Amino acid sequence: MANILNIVQAVNQALENEMENDPTIVVYGEDVGLEGGVFRATAGLQKKFGEKRVFDAPLAESAIVGTGVGMAINGLKPVVELQFMGFSYPAFNQIISHVARMRNRSRGRYTLPMVIRAPYGGGIRALEHHSESTEALYAHIPGLKVVIPSTPYDAKGLLIAAIRDPDPVLFLEPKRIYRAFKQEIPENAYELPIGKAKIVEEGEDLTIISWGAMVREVQKASEMVKEKGIYPEIIDLRTISPMDRESFVESVKKTGRALIVHEAPKSFGPGAEIISVINEKAFLHLEAPPTRVTGFDTTFPLPRGENHYLPSPERIAKTIEDLVKY
Amino acid sequence: MRFESVKPLEENHYRILDIDGKVINQEKLPNLTDDQLLYLYRTMLFSRTIDEKALSYQRQGRMLTYAPNLGQEATQVGSAYAMEKEDWLVPAFRELGAWLVRGVPLKNIYLYWYGNEWGSHMPEGVKVLPVSVPIGSQFQHAAGIGIANNIKGEKNVVVTYIGDGGTSHGDFHEAINFAAVFNAPVIFIIQNNQYAISTKRKSQTKSETLAQKALAYGIPGILVDGNDIFAMYSATREAIERARNGGGPTLIEAYTYRLGAHTTSDDPTLYRDDKEVEEWKEKDPVLRFKRYLLNKNLISEEWEENLKKELEEEVVSSFEAIENKSDTEIEDIFKYHFEKMPPQLEEQLREYKDFLEGGK
Ligand SMILES: Cc1ncc(C[n+]2csc(CCOP(=O)(O)OP(=O)(O)O)c2C)c(N)n1
Ligand SMILES: [Mg+2]
Repeated sequence: MANILNIVQAVNQALENEMENDPTIVVYGEDVGLEGGVFRATAGLQKKFGEKRVFDAPLAESAIVGTGVGMAINGLKPVVELQFMGFSYPAFNQIISHVARMRNRSRGRYTLPMVIRAPYGGGIRALEHHSESTEALYAHIPGLKVVIPSTPYDAKGLLIAAIRDPDPVLFLEPKRIYRAFKQEIPENAYELPIGKAKIVEEGEDLTIISWGAMVREVQKASEMVKEKGIYPEIIDLRTISPMDRESFVESVKKTGRALIVHEAPKSFGPGAEIISVINEKAFLHLEAPPTRVTGFDTTFPLPRGENHYLPSPERIAKTIEDLVKY
Repeated sequence: MRFESVKPLEENHYRILDIDGKVINQEKLPNLTDDQLLYLYRTMLFSRTIDEKALSYQRQGRMLTYAPNLGQEATQVGSAYAMEKEDWLVPAFRELGAWLVRGVPLKNIYLYWYGNEWGSHMPEGVKVLPVSVPIGSQFQHAAGIGIANNIKGEKNVVVTYIGDGGTSHGDFHEAINFAAVFNAPVIFIIQNNQYAISTKRKSQTKSETLAQKALAYGIPGILVDGNDIFAMYSATREAIERARNGGGPTLIEAYTYRLGAHTTSDDPTLYRDDKEVEEWKEKDPVLRFKRYLLNKNLISEEWEENLKKELEEEVVSSFEAIENKSDTEIEDIFKYHFEKMPPQLEEQLREYKDFLEGGK
């Protein structure tokens, strides 16, 4: 039977495959056990691997991550779930003060092979605090990797790589496209490299860099501008930190134009870092100022306003045209 | 004193009405007029109607994710009714009954769940904080309001709510500890509805009761039958009086049950069986109070039927007043972050409007 899965199912299968391979992996978080998580990403795992390896945590994010630190030091590989990125902040102290620093401050004596998973991003008309896209906060922390897949194939391969990675990884899952589409993917475990972007579409006229649920919006915009004879090159960054700088620097050298699309707020967002790198490494190739289409510098609006906030294919397409005409 | 006689460590619920609506603790029966009793019952039914209509609108695709309060009406209506006008209410997110008692307009409540920030814009004079979704965080604000009252020499008190799941959070501990250390007039109410989404109360804490946690903070704690409106009223009233007279905070565990789903996105059949729900339906707080009022000949079935119709009409017209008229104004997304909009935001707003006006 073909293994055709959406993103949540791919996450689930990655966890299952790896738990079979590695008895030190434990999975826990709020409601991940019996219920299998509010998005069902851990469905069936407790039944298969038992309550010792898959369990419900008391409602406390700081403890979920903080105990993960202890478990990792003591030889386990915790793969913890934070129910929504908007509820990761109670754990922020543990992440910035310990998760990201342990290897460095103990000069390699203690390392933390752990994964923190969290659904993130807007577009599902969710309640307050359920649509956050604050990857920049975490990408800014030295010692922490931040990975964001945008397809089932990438979700599985990158999550397995994150679990096998000797260092802590924050794995953010774009919940807007959790069930948006399916792909046939390998049933067995496979790894995709963390820190490597992917060229989604090749093109000559400009380079668009994006990730998460925005990749699909960029693809829709790309279809719109192709009708006008504009051919974008689309790069799915896949890892926010450490960034695959070469991927977009080489592309921008070819196209001379760069557009970054992210749903996080504009100021101090990951787009700002990408533009700095482009300026540092491809300045003389630029034919137009690198440009951003992003969320606003505002709190993510409640559902009646989220359509304004999120970059739409139309807004992206319009900016592409402006950029090519520049 | 009740706080000594009802020992939190013994799972001994403070109760005034039994399941059949009979008074089993005459001495503690609150002294309420018939009008007050009818108001309480009306508010419980109002709360239930609002929930039921919201759930049906949600099924019809006319409402977004909604967290019903079904089964917890006595906990909320009873405790909030013990407050005075100048007191503060600091809710979590499942406090519909308390909001209604404290004068939050239904329009606000529906607007919030319908996805518009104006739902959190409380009318002047309504001392109720907005919904607090990050579990536990509101407890800190309640403690702060209470400490400020002491500093300012004001006599009002704070009533705040949290769920059983919320008691696991660091914020729970930190807030009660602060309030206790500074002897702040805060009533911390745990709505123990037995679940935090799918996670059972027993998986949250090894403590036999949640009320007993009070002992560690050096404050009074009491375990109350949360489906008994008189017990909730009476326990909260006593705690409020103590707080107002400088006696500091109290922790109340309201032992109740969430009859509905966690929210409309939740499927409770994944983690609990119908039998358990049926058993709790026997202890329905609205039914219990109704039996009391029927016994007292204060209400009749016919009276209730008419009241339900009237409430339903009110709910329908409130909802229809916001439906299709609640899209967020673009400026509103930008203009409330700071007193004065910084240039970056002004620029983003202008660019976005230009884009919209440019057609595409
Ligand atoms: C800090 C934080 N973590 C996780 C969540 C997601 N969440 C929403 S409600 C809930 C369970 C709350 O249970 P409880 O405190 O018992 O309140 P109840 O829902 O039963 O009223 C969870 C985990 C959240 N809102 N905030
Ligand atoms: Mg609960």
